[in-house]
Amino acid sequence: MLNINDLHARVEDTAILHGLNLEVKPGEVHAIMGPNGAGKSTLGNVLAGRPGYEVTGGTVTYKGSDLLELEAEDRARAGVFLAFQYPVEIPGVSNMEFLKASVDAIRTARGEEAMSSMDFIKLAREKCKAVDLPQDFLKRGVNEGFSGGEKKRNELLQMMLLEPSLCILDETDSGLDIDALQVVARGVNALRSPDRGIIVVTHYQRLLDYIVPDYVHVLAKGRIVKSGGRELALELEKHGYSWIDEEVA
Amino acid sequence: MSDPMQAEQAHQGLQAQSDWGWLKDWRASAWSQFAATPWPTRKTEAWKYTPLKSMLDTEWSLAEQPGTGTGTVFEDWDRTVITLVDGKVADHDALPEGVTVRLLSKATPEQRAQFEDRLSKTLAGDQLFTTFNQALLAEAVWIDVAPETVLEKPLHINQVLSSSANGRAVPVRLMLDLGGRSQMTLVETFSSESDGPVFINPVTEIEVGDSAKLTHYHLLLETGDVRHLGSVQAVLRAHSQMNSFHMALGGVLKRKDIVVRHCGSGAHLQLNGVYLPKGKEHVDYHTTLEHEVPHGTSNEVFRGIIGDEAKAVFNGRIHIHKDAQKTLAELSNKNLLTSHKAEINTKPELEIYADDVKCAHGATVAQLDKGSMFYFLSRGISRQEAEVMMSFGFINELLETLDDEPVKQLLRPMLAALFAKEDELARHLV
Repeated sequence: MLNINDLHARVEDTAILHGLNLEVKPGEVHAIMGPNGAGKSTLGNVLAGRPGYEVTGGTVTYKGSDLLELEAEDRARAGVFLAFQYPVEIPGVSNMEFLKASVDAIRTARGEEAMSSMDFIKLAREKCKAVDLPQDFLKRGVNEGFSGGEKKRNELLQMMLLEPSLCILDETDSGLDIDALQVVARGVNALRSPDRGIIVVTHYQRLLDYIVPDYVHVLAKGRIVKSGGRELALELEKHGYSWIDEEVA
Repeated sequence: MSDPMQAEQAHQGLQAQSDWGWLKDWRASAWSQFAATPWPTRKTEAWKYTPLKSMLDTEWSLAEQPGTGTGTVFEDWDRTVITLVDGKVADHDALPEGVTVRLLSKATPEQRAQFEDRLSKTLAGDQLFTTFNQALLAEAVWIDVAPETVLEKPLHINQVLSSSANGRAVPVRLMLDLGGRSQMTLVETFSSESDGPVFINPVTEIEVGDSAKLTHYHLLLETGDVRHLGSVQAVLRAHSQMNSFHMALGGVLKRKDIVVRHCGSGAHLQLNGVYLPKGKEHVDYHTTLEHEVPHGTSNEVFRGIIGDEAKAVFNGRIHIHKDAQKTLAELSNKNLLTSHKAEINTKPELEIYADDVKCAHGATVAQLDKGSMFYFLSRGISRQEAEVMMSFGFINELLETLDDEPVKQLLRPMLAALFAKEDELARHLV
């Protein structure tokens, strides 16, 4: 589904990714862990097509085509979803309007009929319940005045409504208390399916207690330096990231 | 004497029709003042960015027979409506208890004396087009709300320019005296069915009595070749509250001078507004807050979106007099330019003569936020639709603060239609 080969990227004048390789197959959950500044968020942003993130080398193939050729909106329509580390507040645009516009755009791209407003409202309410957000959050401005945890749950709500093929969660666990973490994990687990790939980017092992990954990768200095199974995350938890540095050196 | 607007004939004609000596003198003095005032040029500070050239291309006359028109209709809003077509009262609903309406054109001898008294102590300043209004005033609607009256239904002054108003100057005056401890909502709407050119020149004067509470809408919804030059003047008495919302859709030329005076201590003013010129339209808001007494609070927020080759002017002045200690006043003006040919001139002005006050102001001009744009794109929404939704949101944020759902329901589709060149793009709004 996703094939990243020797990816180099920079943000403004700073080179961040230095030859990153990663393959994600449908049905797999990959965790990417690493110290601050390793390039974790850069990876998510490059994949989603955020302006300012420039690919300087390598290839990214998604479902057989060149992902990097696509505009950000076309990547989303092709099923790539980035859950933001810092979701944006858009006062004056209601969450409902935003969600409906988004779902319509994605459904149209898939060749499906746009949903009727009634059906959509029903569905949105249902998903709100699933991520433990009160329904009045649908009427509020997008992320406006939401707490950190509410913003992350709103990202998850979008993900559930859009049903993407490839989900990238960029430090969705940061700033969450244990209850919110469990809600998010439950939501992500509900989305696990044989035809969906999930990349969980995180600094801490904690989230992986609830979202059990098939693979764990350590990202350091812009490259995947170690890959393994679930146990690698536990090792990192125990020993921190410094031993990786030593090993890489 | 000069008569750049070719309106002297209209003034004289009006004078000839009246037998009311006092009124004729009152108008004549205004005419003299207007004629003696040098016509504004680029060097005239108050008109620096709003050229009045376009006012000189028509020989303005007053409407003899008003046309017909419906004006602004609110869905599902039980209100008391007074409709004025081309500046003349066409229709009015029965008035609730505690409310008196007097019409200048139909004043009884007793009411004439009252009008003379009221118009003499008029609050109108020396704005050029307030003077013009006085010189050509044929109709004034004076609403008096007795103390301790709580009006359940809003009062809607529905001003319409009819399809036969082309070439007309329409001066009209509204006066509202809200008695002590009374509460009401006043809705003023302006709409046009004329092809133009047409010149509406309204003056609204409001006095909010001690501890009274007024919610006020002043909505300039005319489009096309309408020139709207007018003013709103309000006096706030002790512990009163006024929540005033202004909106200007396009139209060839719009200029509104808003002056609010804190004359009694402890009053609170919320003054919000939005302006949305596009094409080659021009909108100008000049606001002045006069804090004359201690313990007044004012919060003013104006936002504009200027598109195409349109121009907007915002001048927000806060004047805190020497005795107005403990004043809290804030002013914010944010603008969004959606085309590189669009123009905004924004100028906050603070004049503070008291030493124990808190005052803040800020003005910004921006383009749509890139981070927000990426958020839309990353959810599959097209750039064009995102622009429409973000622009809408920028204005809708202020609409959301309105108390009256029917007003939001009237304005939201207008906004959505304005931002979306194709209806398709606005389908997720409204």
